[in-house]
Amino acid sequence: MALLEVADLDAQYGRIRALSGVSLTVDEGEIVTLIGANGAGKTTTLRSISGLLRPSRGTIRFAGDGLLKLTPDGVVRRGVGHSPEGRRVFARMSVRENLELGAYTRASRSEIAEDFERVLTTFPRLRERLVQKAGTLSGGEQQMLAIGRTLMSRPRLLMLDEPSLGLSPILVQTIFGVIREINARGTTILLIEQNARQALSIATRGYVLEVGKIVYADSAANLMASEAVRAAYLGG
Amino acid sequence: MNPAVRRSLRFVPLLLLPLVPLVDHNNSHIDFLANAGAFILLALGLNIVVGFAGLLDLGYAAFFAIGSYSYAMLASQQFGIHVPFWVMLFAASGIAAIFGILLGAPTLRLRGDYLAIVTLGFGEIVPQTFLNLSQYTNGPNGINSLDSPSLFGHRFGFSATPYFYVMLGLIVIGVLLASNLQNSRLGRAWMAIREDELAARHMGINTTAAKLSAFALGASFSGLAGVAYAAKLDLVSPDQFQFNVSVLVLSMLVLGGMGNIPGVIVGSFALSFINSFLLPQSTNLVHSIGLTWIDFTDYRFMLYGVILVAMMLFRPEGLIPSRQRRAELREALTDPGISAQEQTEYQGAAR
Repeated sequence: MALLEVADLDAQYGRIRALSGVSLTVDEGEIVTLIGANGAGKTTTLRSISGLLRPSRGTIRFAGDGLLKLTPDGVVRRGVGHSPEGRRVFARMSVRENLELGAYTRASRSEIAEDFERVLTTFPRLRERLVQKAGTLSGGEQQMLAIGRTLMSRPRLLMLDEPSLGLSPILVQTIFGVIREINARGTTILLIEQNARQALSIATRGYVLEVGKIVYADSAANLMASEAVRAAYLGG
Repeated sequence: MNPAVRRSLRFVPLLLLPLVPLVDHNNSHIDFLANAGAFILLALGLNIVVGFAGLLDLGYAAFFAIGSYSYAMLASQQFGIHVPFWVMLFAASGIAAIFGILLGAPTLRLRGDYLAIVTLGFGEIVPQTFLNLSQYTNGPNGINSLDSPSLFGHRFGFSATPYFYVMLGLIVIGVLLASNLQNSRLGRAWMAIREDELAARHMGINTTAAKLSAFALGASFSGLAGVAYAAKLDLVSPDQFQFNVSVLVLSMLVLGGMGNIPGVIVGSFALSFINSFLLPQSTNLVHSIGLTWIDFTDYRFMLYGVILVAMMLFRPEGLIPSRQRRAELREALTDPGISAQEQTEYQGAAR
């Protein structure tokens, strides 16, 4: 059984249809990527899963339980972490405070301390900047903080919304390396990207979203090889 | 010396406060201090809503009115109900908290300007309601001859001194409550919401519950203040709770330092001092030397205006700012930009 199962999802903003009949699954241990152009509905899909947006139709099941009736905090408690579009770190709080807020839903201090240490091992840059205000970090460091902060909720499924946005090519490499590392340690990942080549290079499977509809769903290797996908998303 | 000890030593002079009525026998001074106490309580409550949770509330006087009218209706000849003062302190803070939730609930999806406008509306509606429900509230005449509180069979009467101690006690409770809240899990949720509500939701913070708690707890403080103030004044009437009261309390926060408890106390005391002591006293002084056409109290709002403009220009974070607030208003201006850091980062990564 899939860890995450999204079926026939419709969502709209007012009268504008954003998703129509989106279905996708993510199995335990996978990296699945959702690629597509601006406005294709990638972020809307993630926001529906994390309860930030109420879809008008469809079902979302996580580890067998329906998520649609839950509030966003309920979804986080079930083990779905969502690192938001545009990083959204708490700019005027320190790096440490940001990470602590990431563990807001958790009670066990010893487990939180453990994950804190793990996040700092994953992102050594953050350790150097623990007392610094998050707003004074560089873009790359802020992205690391945003991912680290979400990891602090110890998610079973980590959803990342455009982690490469606005980063230099070298930093993109670094971030994708870390994503693969996080996955190797057992966290399932659903990754949204405009940078399709990068995303497919680390993903197991991928979905291509066009104006609210899934148009291709296949293994990452097949998508990479597909003429249509190459032409539209990989620059030929 | 341990910094925590040193910090608490600064508050030792405050222990002398209970002695003030023993030294100063001028009833008008004690009266002023007791009134100032009510405003300190109001400011502490509004600080939870505006300072901690970042929800700009321009109608806070509504809860002050609800607290005061609760006492007036349940502890006077009005309906022949005489609930004891001490019980009413709890009851009215509960009633105010419930109204905090009722008035907060419709605003949950609003931010910034929109929230301010809706709360402004509530601030107008509540005193207007008390004015118009004249069969229960005597309309513009208000309710008078409220029950005088008593302690161990000793009635407070018209002396300000017992109220001074009541206010002092309530402020101590208020400060303990507010600072514990600030450092609690809920306090961290408020801070996160204040910084970025959407990000707070991503962290699994139940923003609905956290915002309603802020409205409820903030309102409960003004329930306390309302009961004590009404009992002291022996009268409530709708004109005590006009928009200018909401603005006055908000100005106290701005002056003292939003989000910081000592700052809020200093700010509210300073404005109360100017308002109820400095201006009337200096007016008396000039009257006594024959300049009877001068009345400084007429310039009250001009003076607030000047103070607020000066604060915005020279010290926007308030007299004793919170760390966050200072960061927000200062570091944004002096931040050298991140381009230099970004450069070193590229070099670091390339190596």
